[in-house]
Amino acid sequence: MSDDIKKFMFVNTKAPYGTVYALESLEVVLISAAFDQDVSLAFCDDGVFQITKNQNTEGSGMKNFSPAYKALGDYDINKLYVEKESLEERGLTLDNLMDLTYEDEDDDWAEKPSIKLVTRAELADLMDQQDVVISS
Amino acid sequence: MKFTLLINEGPYQHQASDTAYQFAKAAIARGHEIYRVFFYNDGVNNATRLAIPPQDDRNITENWAALAKEHDMDMVVCIAAAQRRGMLDADEAERQGKDAHNIHPAFRISGLGQLVEGGIQSDRLLTFGD
Repeated sequence: MSDDIKKFMFVNTKAPYGTVYALESLEVVLISAAFDQDVSLAFCDDGVFQITKNQNTEGSGMKNFSPAYKALGDYDINKLYVEKESLEERGLTLDNLMDLTYEDEDDDWAEKPSIKLVTRAELADLMDQQDVVISS
Repeated sequence: MKFTLLINEGPYQHQASDTAYQFAKAAIARGHEIYRVFFYNDGVNNATRLAIPPQDDRNITENWAALAKEHDMDMVVCIAAAQRRGMLDADEAERQGKDAHNIHPAFRISGLGQLVEGGIQSDRLLTFGD
């Protein structure tokens, strides 16, 4: 088993600021890229706020780490599942999210969106397919 | 079955570490293996050797240390999360020029790769925390 590639999903359920969970989850994600595993991210509940556009933390003294999500594509992490219901419940649409993309090496390095909108039921199915789910 | 446990919450404030400890004990008693216990987020505070809980309460750090000693269990504290929170072992204190260290010797400091590797090597990775 140890030589097989495992499916890792990092599930993000909390807002980017207020607690450290989002920042420290992203740190694990970036490290996981070095292990050649099949890595995906899920954003649900307040976790959808982690990848909203135009984050500005100037007034709060928090570090704005949102630009780091833009690097995920370069690390071959290009499956970012966003739960549709969570967006809708918060009055958000895809337009409110950052333009996160990757270059598809199997398609002449065409730039493609990393964000995939999925329903709550679809996300449950995706979680069911994982070997390791780490949520916070 | 081989387990890696991820503990994301600090001691006493939250029951996550206690639950993980009880799980580890029960799993070992049933013949399972704890491949690694990884402490992350505020969970790194479980490794402090300086806590003084009341006499009639459990000592979470010493409980973990005793279990690890008895079963040769690998307990890893994330270095990045630990440094942020002022958790240092003797080597790290010296390297960073700090005048004190507080990590119990039953725990070792290492990187987040140890968590991912635990997920790869184990049959199950269990998260304890919010």
